[in-house]
Amino acid sequence: MDPADLTIGEAGARLRSGDLTAVDLLAAVRRRASMTEAILHAYLTIDHDGARAAAAAADAALAQGQDLGPLHGIPIALKDNMVTRGIETTCSSRILAGYRPPYDATVVERLKAGGAVIFGKTNLDEFAMGSSTENSAYGPTRNPWDPDRVPGGSSGGSAAAVAVGSALAALGSDTGGSIRQPGSLTGTVGMKPTYGLVSRYGLIAFASSLDQIGPITRTVGDSVTVFEAIAGHDPSDATSYRGGVPEVRSTLEAGVQGLRIGVVGELSGEGTAPDVAANFRATLDALAGAGATIKELSLPSTAYALSAYYLIAPAECSANLARFDGVRYGPRLPGRNVEESMAATRRDGFGPEVTRRILLGTYALSAGYYDAFYGQAQKVRTLVIDDFRRAYSEVDVLVTPTSPTTAFAVGEKANDPLAMYLSDICTIPSNLSGDPAISVPSGLDSDGLPIGFQVLAPALGEAIMFRVARAVEQLSGFTARPALANSAGAA
Amino acid sequence: MTWEAVIGIETHVELSTQSKMFCGCPTDFGAEPNTNVCPVCLGLPGALPVPNETAIRWTIALGLALGSTIAPHSVFHRKNYFYADLPKNYQISQFDLPLCSGGHLEVDPGTGVRRVGITRVHLEEDTGKSTHLGGGGRIHDSAATLLDFNRSGIPLMEVVTDPDIRTPDEARAYAHELREVVLSLGISDARLEEGSMRFDANVSLRRTGTTALGTKVEVKNMNSLRSVQRALAYEIERQTKLLDSGVSIAQETRHWDEEAGLTRPGRSKEESSDYRYFAEPDLLPLATSPETIAALRRELPELPAARRARYVAMGIEEAAARTLVAGPLVDLFEAAVEAGAAPRSTANWVTGEIAAHLNRTDGDPAALALDAAGLAQLVGMVEAGKLSSTAAKEVLEGVLAGEGSPEHVAAGRDLLQVSDESAIAGLVAKVLAEHPGEVARVAAGEEKLIGFLVGQVMRAGGGKADPKVVDRLVRAQTHQ
Repeated sequence: MDPADLTIGEAGARLRSGDLTAVDLLAAVRRRASMTEAILHAYLTIDHDGARAAAAAADAALAQGQDLGPLHGIPIALKDNMVTRGIETTCSSRILAGYRPPYDATVVERLKAGGAVIFGKTNLDEFAMGSSTENSAYGPTRNPWDPDRVPGGSSGGSAAAVAVGSALAALGSDTGGSIRQPGSLTGTVGMKPTYGLVSRYGLIAFASSLDQIGPITRTVGDSVTVFEAIAGHDPSDATSYRGGVPEVRSTLEAGVQGLRIGVVGELSGEGTAPDVAANFRATLDALAGAGATIKELSLPSTAYALSAYYLIAPAECSANLARFDGVRYGPRLPGRNVEESMAATRRDGFGPEVTRRILLGTYALSAGYYDAFYGQAQKVRTLVIDDFRRAYSEVDVLVTPTSPTTAFAVGEKANDPLAMYLSDICTIPSNLSGDPAISVPSGLDSDGLPIGFQVLAPALGEAIMFRVARAVEQLSGFTARPALANSAGAA
Repeated sequence: MTWEAVIGIETHVELSTQSKMFCGCPTDFGAEPNTNVCPVCLGLPGALPVPNETAIRWTIALGLALGSTIAPHSVFHRKNYFYADLPKNYQISQFDLPLCSGGHLEVDPGTGVRRVGITRVHLEEDTGKSTHLGGGGRIHDSAATLLDFNRSGIPLMEVVTDPDIRTPDEARAYAHELREVVLSLGISDARLEEGSMRFDANVSLRRTGTTALGTKVEVKNMNSLRSVQRALAYEIERQTKLLDSGVSIAQETRHWDEEAGLTRPGRSKEESSDYRYFAEPDLLPLATSPETIAALRRELPELPAARRARYVAMGIEEAAARTLVAGPLVDLFEAAVEAGAAPRSTANWVTGEIAAHLNRTDGDPAALALDAAGLAQLVGMVEAGKLSSTAAKEVLEGVLAGEGSPEHVAAGRDLLQVSDESAIAGLVAKVLAEHPGEVARVAAGEEKLIGFLVGQVMRAGGGKADPKVVDRLVRAQTHQ
């Protein structure tokens, strides 16, 4: 088997048994990238020199008996909205072209401390705004299952890289589903932790109260491994949770016998593609067969969640993105005075979707509109949290399809923002509530495209979330790989 | 037609915490530009703020000193506006839930105590500093602007008064008293010339006897207590002339020009700002427990007003008490009195000779060669008649020059006064024997010659005899 197709667990075992070196593993991943990048464009930057040095150091350390943990020697990709010292970090935006940050994000420090080999920076919708990775100033990423289709977004580069084997795992960021939806569309496992469990220090903010970093992996087990490596209190992030990281591994294989699983009616009915709906029902049947109790529930406030999200996220982004003005870093366009220079730099630097959201957010926060828009959206957010709390008094987890559809065609929704926004309808509520959620591949549709199954849990409920996700992974027996990975691996 | 001025003052105070408001960078003034900076205070992508707990405690302490209500839950907001020296293009500030609300400060402009209401005290971060090259230092005409972010993120406290101030003198007295309170708390060096304490005023006029507020003008750039007074006097006069001639006041921001002695209009665009405040999502709401508030209240030092009252009760004059409390030597005074020195004369020494020395030498009060024990000794020697007041000044000079304790200097320079009656009696007897004619004239009632005889005795004693004793003995001997 080509090492690029190994899971973290498998590769780790071979690294420790001496069957494989980190340098060889990196070479396999590089080979895979060199065969697929021209088609997929998952990466914006590959740090060949840094990765080679890190892999060699990982081998040397292991040879001396120094084992930094399960990510030791594992090539990992980072969404290009996490800052990396000395390595270009652009958020897929022209406004950060050539920007080399002077520091590493906390997650990057943690991965490095765990011996991981940072392979490169992956493509995303500009500033993580989008659901298809088409809104990149550097060109779209394509889906390894069908290059005419999108990989989802905004963490589409990370998802495509993991799906095709040009990384064994990747980090994404999830503001409204940006890890889970691309996970669903690429047949990978995408997980958003409880808000505050993973430090946001060094994550270039889109919407601070919603953003959370999480892993994209090929298996639920690998998701646990990466989650354990990156989670934990960080004094540099004032919203970081101080109470410790939930223990998840010991119950991972415990199955669903006796668990109460809630189906959210509002998020699994109308608007769901027939194949996705059928797969969802089949997965529920399998869970019931494994001993779980399935219960239909209503979360009425989720009908307003999308609207609330599209006020809160743009409002926060309008302030978060104000700092990109060309004064201190990034390209600067000239002007007769500093204001004209800032305006020209921003007009030229931001793409249309980012501009749309900045304008929307600026409007929503303006005097006279604040109460009607931003204030109202915050109230909806409270209602969503209340709805979830009520639901979790009756069930252990909630489940939905991750996305109403499988991967759509490149260009299909690019000019229809509303249709694009609707593809996040199932993922947005848990960003508003700050709760953990995960997407697990649960089958293929009639076009051979992967379908994702979403498991939602209450805050800090990662243990039961992973446990149900692991059961879905086993019950669905999903092992398919995209054609592109298979052909590249066979080459 | 007479007009009454209605004035409210906003004061920004840079706190002298070790580190900045939301990062660990040092706050020291005068470092090389852009050396006290990090990703957080430069607003680099991905950086996040972590609040400085000392700055929060100090702001609450000022609130307690002003009698404010301390909010059990307070929130930081983002204040959005674009400016080159504001690295995030928003300032983390406070909006509708400040740390402290209400309170007052009693001030005395010299015409009696006035109570100035405090609206709020809140905490925010300072901006960087722009230096505009060319164009008379104004951004819009300048050729280039240099940015220094050392100041960016320094904790900045904003104290807002109610519109309770009526005259430039009251405004100055308020500014002075607030500075005194801040200094007594030790939370800022409050140096106006370095910009660590800055005043803005809102001024409007209304007809005397009416209550509705007129159109207000914001006056900025007042960099000293004197300029607060001058700028407001100018602005009130300007508005009075306009109103008297039937011209209405435009709501605007005006900048005080210290050299020209007038206010000039700022850009009118500044008026139309919509700051789009919203709760800072990178920070949790601040919870302040009653226990924390109680502890901070217990730790409050004696405030300037209370200290002045205590000094007056010790017999010190009101003016001297005011000078003493406002001055740099109040700790020396306090310690000398603690060591047993008489308060009133100690106050005179401290506000007189010692303050003059410090002023002359532009010295550091902490580096003074006179300590509290030395000062107490000096005052004690004068009180005990061991030093004449002239000799005491000379002794003080020697002590301040580093020659040793007052006793040591007095002995070394042979300045100790002789108060021993038997020694003085000998001198008196000798001098009277030498001047029998004068003695006879005194005896005959020519009293003014006593002064001559005393002078002769003092001269014979080398100036060291206690003049009071000499006087008494001369009178006694000539009136036998």
